[in-house]
Amino acid sequence: MKLMKTLLAATAVLALAAGAAQAKTLVYCSEGSPEGFDPAPYTSGTTFDASSRPIYNRLVQFTKGSSDTEPGLAESYDVSEDGLEYTFHLRQGVKFHSSDTFTPTRDFNADDVLFSFERQWKSDHPWNAYTAGISWEYFNSMSMGELLSSIEKVDDYTVKFTLTRPEAPFIANMAMDFASIMSAEYAAQLEAAGTMDLLNQAPIGTGPFEFVNYQQDAAIRYSSFDDYWGGVQPLDDLVFAITTDPAVRMQKLQAGECHVMPYPNPADLDSIRADSSLQLMEQEGLNVGYLAYNTTMAPFDNVNVRKALNMAVDKQAIVDAVFEGNATAAINPIPPTIWSYNTSIVDDEYNPEAAKAMLAEAGVENLSMKVWAMPVSRPYNPDARRMAELIQADYAAIGVTAEIVSMEWGEYLSQSLLPDRDGAVLLGWTGDNGDPDNFLAVLLGCDAVGSANRAQWCNEEFDALIQKAKITSDKAERTALYEEAQVVFKREAPWLTIAHSVVFMPMSTKVTGYVMDPKGTHAFDGVDLAE
Amino acid sequence: MIRFLLNRLFLIVPTFIGITILAFAFVRVLPGDPVLLIAGERGVSPERYQMLLEQFGYNRPIWEQYWSYLSGIFQGDFGTSVSTKRPVIRDFLTLFPATLELSFFAISFAILLGIPAGVVAAVKRGSWYDQTLMGTALVGYSMPIFWLGLLLIIFFSGMLGWTPVSGRIDMLYYFPATTGFMTIDALLSGQDGAFVSAMRHLILPTVTLGTIPLAVIARQTRSAMLEVLGDDYVRTARAKGLAPHQVIGVHALRNALIPVVTTIGLQVGVMMAGAILTETIFSWPGIGKWMIDAISRRDYPVVQAGLLLIALIVMAVNLIVDVLYGLINPRIRHT
Repeated sequence: MKLMKTLLAATAVLALAAGAAQAKTLVYCSEGSPEGFDPAPYTSGTTFDASSRPIYNRLVQFTKGSSDTEPGLAESYDVSEDGLEYTFHLRQGVKFHSSDTFTPTRDFNADDVLFSFERQWKSDHPWNAYTAGISWEYFNSMSMGELLSSIEKVDDYTVKFTLTRPEAPFIANMAMDFASIMSAEYAAQLEAAGTMDLLNQAPIGTGPFEFVNYQQDAAIRYSSFDDYWGGVQPLDDLVFAITTDPAVRMQKLQAGECHVMPYPNPADLDSIRADSSLQLMEQEGLNVGYLAYNTTMAPFDNVNVRKALNMAVDKQAIVDAVFEGNATAAINPIPPTIWSYNTSIVDDEYNPEAAKAMLAEAGVENLSMKVWAMPVSRPYNPDARRMAELIQADYAAIGVTAEIVSMEWGEYLSQSLLPDRDGAVLLGWTGDNGDPDNFLAVLLGCDAVGSANRAQWCNEEFDALIQKAKITSDKAERTALYEEAQVVFKREAPWLTIAHSVVFMPMSTKVTGYVMDPKGTHAFDGVDLAE
Repeated sequence: MIRFLLNRLFLIVPTFIGITILAFAFVRVLPGDPVLLIAGERGVSPERYQMLLEQFGYNRPIWEQYWSYLSGIFQGDFGTSVSTKRPVIRDFLTLFPATLELSFFAISFAILLGIPAGVVAAVKRGSWYDQTLMGTALVGYSMPIFWLGLLLIIFFSGMLGWTPVSGRIDMLYYFPATTGFMTIDALLSGQDGAFVSAMRHLILPTVTLGTIPLAVIARQTRSAMLEVLGDDYVRTARAKGLAPHQVIGVHALRNALIPVVTTIGLQVGVMMAGAILTETIFSWPGIGKWMIDAISRRDYPVVQAGLLLIALIVMAVNLIVDVLYGLINPRIRHT
């Protein structure tokens, strides 16, 4: 009898082991907890990785590994001649996930599209304030409220968006996380049951992975969605093991407790490269770090002074010292991963002698100025204080005295906006939707003076180009306009463009098919795990 | 005894009010406009700024904010997290069992090792054993938790592969959280190996969190024992011809424990601080890690409520210690 029991137990263990081998489970050591599973109220990449990427789809989607868009839940769209009407033709036969409490009775259709946007747009919509303190951050910060004039259901599989003004980046907005398509049927069921906040906790979408469970601050589980319109996933299960400390993530990866991790410590990169069981992917991030002069104040209103200061700074030294080599020196205000990046532009050369001569020629002597250093660490600038010190030393070499100023972060952000700000400001930007407009208009347009345009730079030629690009829907034409705008930018030098940081993704060599996203999100559709 | 208890309970009221004021003020004296901080590089339009200000209630007079905060607490409303939009108290209750479980193991580890070590060191006073033990205790006491935790991970998990790196259980196991205590839930699930996995995950965090209390308890036990061992009644007990283990175990230890119990009570407060670091290193989903995340997200309602709730726990533990103290030592409850 005892032998029998032992045998049974042994068989059970074997069966378990075999089962574990058959089910392909990828464990991702994510860097933090998602704030919720409805992506629209949030802005953090950590939340999007856990919600919009695995669970949902959008009408258009970003092509893997690029900032271009391609059809998603809409098979195609037409733009009217005046650029005001976008008609989306929806994909048919798209299934929603089901759960213990919800079984969809119909496929995805126009009602879901209307629900997904109207809840964010209309303040009298029953879902506009479905949990306490909710606000639609991205919908508002992309000015969707003012941009939209109407959303109409033409028929079950056709939706027409009418805009108040022509705006080409609208399509890129539709691929953003806040534009994820929710199930109107599920929402109606939750509303009837009086459990509306479950929309944010037990999500139902159309995406490649179904939500299984979230253990707060510990783990999120997903399983592959068999009826996914984009095809069945190679993985069976996907687990996010939430691990906040980068050194611990690294240990977990090396111990085989997870397969992929984001955001390694720069100091660990060498040991990752040396580990034969690991591979390291890298890509420039969708960001730019810059030093913005106040172009309205003398002598910085003189382009030659700005140029001279740009030429005085050794960017490579900054890349080496501040980014520990994990960045590329920036030439343009947009990173190279964004379409329309102008590769023909040559950077201002590092030449202190010439810089000194240019300053003298401009009649500027004994210049003393302020350099603002941010008090926080950001991907585009891990240590602004150190960066400011390097710039200070470079300036000293051409006879310019720089005083480094810093203040508390909230104060820094608001004070640096003021038109009469004294000094040049270190700051940066991480893109939202991969559209060049999201950098060039937001940071350098005339409308943005007094807000995110911290150079207070309003150049008619530049502004005309980006405004025209904004209302042109033809991409080739837009590309040409943005390329030209970058030429004007470089000639006028409102910023010292400093660096684009490089993003690293260490993972097990067993992982195949992972594609890095220039926008910095992490998605696991199409990823496989070798035995 | 009743009067003693009532006295202690009464003292809680001013302490509680003091803590609410502290937690409330702490968050408000932090530099920076919380609305601007939430908006970040993106900035915020004046209308939206006003809206957010009203939503968080920061536009109201300070005493009014305090009053609504205090009356909320008495109705069990500790506020809503700015980031997760969930009631703070719900997140707290979900995460607290994880902290409690870890603290329980850590304090048990500290007591079970610390008291015997202290007793032996006192009995063999001056021996090489005593000196090694007290030297080690000093090192343990001075070790930064973050450093110790990482070192343990790198050595035992990374190099030797004996223990898992972080988390509460292997990702292979999946069962609903019935009690919130992973060890109990693992047993309840009936899944093969789940309990062992949960226990293995507890080893390093327990040692990390328990090291400082262990050192403190060992040192306190030693000095209390030394004092008691010199007392007359111990000499009497020895003179009566009682076996040494009876003299030490029954007569000396019971009296030496009185200050040790106080020390253990105080260590609970220390452990709450230690849990913040330990949980962050070991990705332990408890309230310590929750507080750290809230601070980095500038989620002020969570920080404010977390401070208050942790303070309440420390207060409750101190009350229990006071009562225990009265039970062990009759002299206390009569004064």
